[in-house]
Amino acid sequence: MKKKRSVIEIISTVRFLHILLAIILGFAVGALFLTVMGISVGDAYGKLLDSVTTVKGISYVIVYATPYVMTGLSVAFSFKTGVFNIGAEGQFVVGSMAAAVTGILLKALPKPVLIPLCFIAAMAAGALWGIIVGILKTKWGINEVLAMIMFNWIAFYLSNYIAGLPGIKNTGTAEATQSLTENARTLLSKETISRLGLAPTANWGILVAVAAMILVWFIIEKTTLGYELKAVGSNRFAAEYGGIGVNRSILTALAISGALAGLGGALHLMGMGNRISIFSAQEGFGFGGIVVALIGCSNPFGALAAGLFYGALTYGGSKLNLVGAPTQLTSVIIGTVVFFIAISVIFERLGGGIRARRNAAAREDKQKREAQKTPPEAAPGGAPDQEKKEGEAK
Amino acid sequence: MTDVINSLGILLFATLAYGTPLIYASLGSCFSEVSGVVNIGIEGMMTAGAFTGTVVAYFTGSPWIGFLCGGLAGMLFGALHALATVRLGADQTIAGTAINMLGPGVVIMIARVLFDSTDTIPLTTEQRMPRLLAGVFDTGTTFGRFMDNVFSTYASTYLVFVAVIIVWFVFYKTRFGLRMRACGEHPEACETLGINVLKTRFLCVCLSGFLSGLGGACVTMAISNQFRPISIVGQGFIAIAAVIFGKFRPHGALVGCLLFGFCSGLKTVLGGSSGIDTQLISMIPYVVTVLVLILFVGKSRVPSANGKPFIKAR
Repeated sequence: MKKKRSVIEIISTVRFLHILLAIILGFAVGALFLTVMGISVGDAYGKLLDSVTTVKGISYVIVYATPYVMTGLSVAFSFKTGVFNIGAEGQFVVGSMAAAVTGILLKALPKPVLIPLCFIAAMAAGALWGIIVGILKTKWGINEVLAMIMFNWIAFYLSNYIAGLPGIKNTGTAEATQSLTENARTLLSKETISRLGLAPTANWGILVAVAAMILVWFIIEKTTLGYELKAVGSNRFAAEYGGIGVNRSILTALAISGALAGLGGALHLMGMGNRISIFSAQEGFGFGGIVVALIGCSNPFGALAAGLFYGALTYGGSKLNLVGAPTQLTSVIIGTVVFFIAISVIFERLGGGIRARRNAAAREDKQKREAQKTPPEAAPGGAPDQEKKEGEAK
Repeated sequence: MTDVINSLGILLFATLAYGTPLIYASLGSCFSEVSGVVNIGIEGMMTAGAFTGTVVAYFTGSPWIGFLCGGLAGMLFGALHALATVRLGADQTIAGTAINMLGPGVVIMIARVLFDSTDTIPLTTEQRMPRLLAGVFDTGTTFGRFMDNVFSTYASTYLVFVAVIIVWFVFYKTRFGLRMRACGEHPEACETLGINVLKTRFLCVCLSGFLSGLGGACVTMAISNQFRPISIVGQGFIAIAAVIFGKFRPHGALVGCLLFGFCSGLKTVLGGSSGIDTQLISMIPYVVTVLVLILFVGKSRVPSANGKPFIKAR
């Protein structure tokens, strides 16, 4: 008997199609808002597309995306290990500040020594921030979401405090740290930038992010450590019974997750940022990372793709003013995408329902042993059933 | 002595001013979490309420209509969250994150259309939340000034304490409260007893949106007089933290919010005079919360079915 697969069923089994559909719906809702506001959809989306498809545009997108890829990886890694790292924001901030302090105080060191030092300092600071929360959780049973929200703000004010210290603070009027010297920056050479017509802040940070992505994939999929972390994430009691040290696993997971976010802070600072301002509100790289991890299905490769998408919308969105469309349009688009990803489980349930019914029909077929080919129920069967279920619920 | 009493008055005023929006939002969060739905979209719902409250108050001239509409705007996003998580069985964290992006995105776009700016036009005194008992106390005397600081606070602050009592009563003294808490612990058992889990949860998430919206409106209509994109920066998350702090009980959350408000107030009072760096002083509320957790509160038990979508059996 030939299996006929309905559209809904195909969508239900291919995760990538959910995401694609969610993205299309996100842009559709954005278009709806634009139409209501009386702004030409073609103008706005045309501007968005134009600004990210030139060579310069692409280089900007990569520069914008790099920190989000890193925080996305951090959050995705934490999801795999059963912790929700809402603290990536704070880990990013302390990582960034550690890199800045290292870069400013040791500016005499040569570039090949200084840059790795900055990276290490940032990863250590991020990991420390993760471990503190891990200790609070494993030693005193303090809810990690609550602790992370607190440590996000502690990191924020700590960074502001350090940025104002003598020796770190800008000697000019700017409320910021000193700028990093050339030997602590990851920028491409001036010749390359002008020859290829790239963004002035074009840097090789993305390569580090890609290396981190491969490393994360390797740890999760190919090592004993990754296996243990995943086991704790899916069922900590079973893992404990199986002889895995749960507390140690949680601490390790938070340390790695924190180090990834911290390195993201360093890459942002040493590439695009140059110096750290005294902020009045959180910048949201960590929260963006949550969105990136969700769009990327908590998968390291997904985090790279989603990070680039996020970077493209952030950079493209900043150009929307030129056609009179508000920058916040991109928040609405991304929010809608995430919303539809959240409710995409409905496809899985619809598809599962169709499969279950076809299997039942097939069994009936077999029992009756009828030679006639009764076609299995097709897609439209799914919808009324869902409605019935909805009706019941009401 | 006069100085001390003055400072104490200002400290208590600031405690209540900072605490009020948090209390509203944390009451909302309690409803949602206790019924079994994780709601990290409180922040987005507060932003919606903060914007709508000031805009409606600006156009109608009535702070109360504005305040109510702020709640309703929050409820709208609450309903969206409920639709996704309760009806469609969506992942609650993902849906909440979406709400946090959509809330500010939508309202700031509307602000751009209405005011051609991301900020709203500042409210006049009549349009703002009224200060009850203003002018009752003689501010000429030290004691009068103290009383004026503490008691002539915004009407929304008085209202929030009434709300806490009502919510506490609903939680622990009504049939609905019992059912709601049961839905968060063991929805399958509830369903066999004939409790409509989906309906109960839907209502609770909508209520959480409404209360968060009111909290947001307090920020822009009482403490400040206009909506700006940085009006709501993290208060929603602090409210969630207060609920975890208070072990998912409304009166516990109240204590958490007041502690947080008090520490924020300390920041205002110490700010100029003490010689300690303001950034370090700003850290106090967060550090104190962590210390109190370690020393006094400890482990907080999350409702068993919290975060798990309930799918009705066929």
